[in-house]
Amino acid sequence: MAADYVYQIKRLAHPRLQSPILGIMSDYIVDLKDYAARLDAVNQGLAATAEQAGEPPPWLDLRDYPLAGVEVVDRYSYRITVQGKYPQLRYWLAMPFFAPLPYEVDRFYSQPGLAERNISLDWYPVGTGPYRLTVNNPNRQMVLERNPNFHHETYPLEGMPGDREAGLLDDAGKPLPFIDRVVYSLEKETIPYWNKFLQGYYDASGISSDSFDQAVSMGGNGEVMLTDELLAKGIQLETAVNTSTFYTGFNMLDPVIGGYSERQRKLRQAISIAFDYEEYISIFANGRGIPAQGPLPPGIFGFRNGAPGINPYVYDWVNGKPHRKGIEDARRLLAEAGYGHGVDSRSGQPLTLNLDITASGPDDKARLDWYRKQFKKLDIQLVIRNTDYNRFQDKMRKGNAQIFMWGWNADYPDPENFLFLLYGPNSKVSSSGENAANYSNPEFDRLFDQMKAMSNSPERQQIIDRMARIAHRDAPWLWGMHPKSFSLFHSWFHNVRPNLMANNSLKYRRLDPQLREQKRAAWNKPVLWPLAVIVILLVTALLPAVISYRRREHQAPQLDEAVRERH
Amino acid sequence: MLAYIVRRVLYAIPILIGVNLITFVLFFVVNTPDDMARMQLGMKHVTPAAIEKWKRAHGYDRPLLYNDRRQGLGRVTDTIFFDKSARLFAFQFGQADDGRDIAEDIRERMWPSLAIALPVLLVGLLVTISVSMLLAFFRATYIDFAGVVILVVLMSVSSLFYIIGGQFLVGKLLHLVPISGYQGGIDAWKFIILPVIIGVVGGIGSGSRWYRTLFLEEIGKDYVRTARAKGLAEMRVLFRHVLRNALIPILTGVVVVLPTLFMGSLIMESFFGIPGLGSYTIDAIRAQDFAIVRSMVFLGSVLYILGLLLTDISYTLVDPRVRLS
Repeated sequence: MAADYVYQIKRLAHPRLQSPILGIMSDYIVDLKDYAARLDAVNQGLAATAEQAGEPPPWLDLRDYPLAGVEVVDRYSYRITVQGKYPQLRYWLAMPFFAPLPYEVDRFYSQPGLAERNISLDWYPVGTGPYRLTVNNPNRQMVLERNPNFHHETYPLEGMPGDREAGLLDDAGKPLPFIDRVVYSLEKETIPYWNKFLQGYYDASGISSDSFDQAVSMGGNGEVMLTDELLAKGIQLETAVNTSTFYTGFNMLDPVIGGYSERQRKLRQAISIAFDYEEYISIFANGRGIPAQGPLPPGIFGFRNGAPGINPYVYDWVNGKPHRKGIEDARRLLAEAGYGHGVDSRSGQPLTLNLDITASGPDDKARLDWYRKQFKKLDIQLVIRNTDYNRFQDKMRKGNAQIFMWGWNADYPDPENFLFLLYGPNSKVSSSGENAANYSNPEFDRLFDQMKAMSNSPERQQIIDRMARIAHRDAPWLWGMHPKSFSLFHSWFHNVRPNLMANNSLKYRRLDPQLREQKRAAWNKPVLWPLAVIVILLVTALLPAVISYRRREHQAPQLDEAVRERH
Repeated sequence: MLAYIVRRVLYAIPILIGVNLITFVLFFVVNTPDDMARMQLGMKHVTPAAIEKWKRAHGYDRPLLYNDRRQGLGRVTDTIFFDKSARLFAFQFGQADDGRDIAEDIRERMWPSLAIALPVLLVGLLVTISVSMLLAFFRATYIDFAGVVILVVLMSVSSLFYIIGGQFLVGKLLHLVPISGYQGGIDAWKFIILPVIIGVVGGIGSGSRWYRTLFLEEIGKDYVRTARAKGLAEMRVLFRHVLRNALIPILTGVVVVLPTLFMGSLIMESFFGIPGLGSYTIDAIRAQDFAIVRSMVFLGSVLYILGLLLTDISYTLVDPRVRLS
């Protein structure tokens, strides 16, 4: 019902809840900011009265407090009024923040005594989806069971090219969901998780670094293949490039590595060439990633594939593929920047740069050595300043870092959600925003303002292309990599198609439980003979001891040597 | 004895205050309330206003240890430290940063921990005493020599190896039990047996070597010679006389760990996916949830003090010569 959606939007401003998106939504939804302040005042009054009476604060019924920007039109429609134009709101509406919530649920969970028994909405959620959460213990197990009241929904009739051939449309038109009961078990360690997947106790799995060689082999041309062991089990592999980016950023406020002069720009461009992300992906990510040409990953509107999409300051297009420029190009740029052979021509001092990083594991040493090696190619000394994440964030907020590594996962599939990471007014230092490099280019910002509210169109693509060119030239980031996810699934698990932006794909999955049982039984026959061997070995080892004991017990008492001599 | 117990309980109060203060200082040296808020609010799109609101809602909007805006006692009491610590002494752990009741979580998670730790302790004790008795019985023979070598090997192996090796051998190669997981009710044994076996085997090396030394020390004493002279069988001498007299140091080691069994084992629970208390604190440290960290450290300290007290009391039970005063 529409009123439930409206009630939930009001809950974003609930003074007793901590909605992480209240700040961003207050910028767009009309009256939401003032509404939060009004509710806060009401809540304080209720809390003060309740405290005097020695009681917990009563339920705050949001229906009594209208929000001007959101209104119920009729039983099945509601209207949100936004300030300006904000097309990205449709993506937010698909997220859990906007899932409908009846006021009755809010009132129920506000009853005194429930919270003390850990009976709360997040532990016992209420919804209308294809499944009900019947067991919710995130520390052990979560169980979803088919919702008998789920509204009628059928498997899609159309798909992407190749889907029909892959069998992904075999269930077209059938009612959803297909699986009756879904069990999620918590595995904290990758080794037991991986072994249980191989035994058939999990239907699907990712691939951890520990298990990568056991699962996947790389062909001569870099193609990914499953190992014979996995192929023999009928396991299948799906790969997809994540809508995320891992990058190395330069603090543009730094007087050496930051700034917008030609000298500073060329220094960054030189480092961009020298820092070989192809090698990084090969060594440290088992090939699970693609070098980024800009901030936009594949799958996001604005991403350009092929020659038009490459970063011309780092790559050449050779034989139909991007080819990283040679180290000589980097050295030439470095010399033009006034740092020939890694020496500052103005001061005569060796160029030393600082990389702020949060590396805590034993595996990080090799990675840090590799970073140093990349800068060494240009005779630049790299000082690694390792710290914990809190201190790292503090440095970033204060602009004290020089070079740093960070990443971004898409909130929603729109270029605005990536390009805003380089938007000047979104700077980390000046406005606590997500522009960690504190990059600020007036032309880029102007184009961003123009692009962000546009619908996807050739005009929008052109603007994004211009923004990419500006960013390529200024090089505020080493563009890094877009990681690839590798998913494995057994032969009895069907309708698997990676969609890294959607969280509602479970209802499309189908299982063949008979085949699963057969395979599990065949793969996991108990082997008992080693137990018999252990028992025999133990008995064999103890037998002489028992014989010796019995002999000793039946022996006549004897005086030992010392006593005999004394006598 | 009652006066002794009361005195020990009173001694515990300054110890607990000290532990609580150290925990507080160490935690807030590396975490600020702002960091905690960011962690809970999800890191992305977090505004300063949201951080302030979170701090206010969770009581982290006050000074840490000293409030110079207050007068008199309020300078100390109107602080995060006092507010968060005072209730601990009444065992009111309050709510975690995600809103869950900590006491309820502890009550729920201590059972899986106990389900592993208690059998490991009891079976381990039985096996260790038996092995060490066996070696003491066959002292200075090839069995003793080989046994000690095996024990040294066993105690030299990392506990992580036992876990991974056990899972690989018993779970993956032999398919005798599930590799990991936890289930309540009648099926629980399938999941508990492997961690218990691994826990017992992992403890045999050091435990048996220690107990063997204790038994050998007792075996050389006059009362043992007298017992033998009376014609008692060697088994009887060992189990009736030697074991009883060697119990004091064994009890020291066992009773002191009894209360801490509730706290679980971090590595074991992590590898076997057991939802116990072992991983509760570590998860809380990762999530920068101070409410859970201080509660668990406090509880651990209380249980440790209780363990030491129980050890002292148990001395009087096994050795009539010992009197608490």
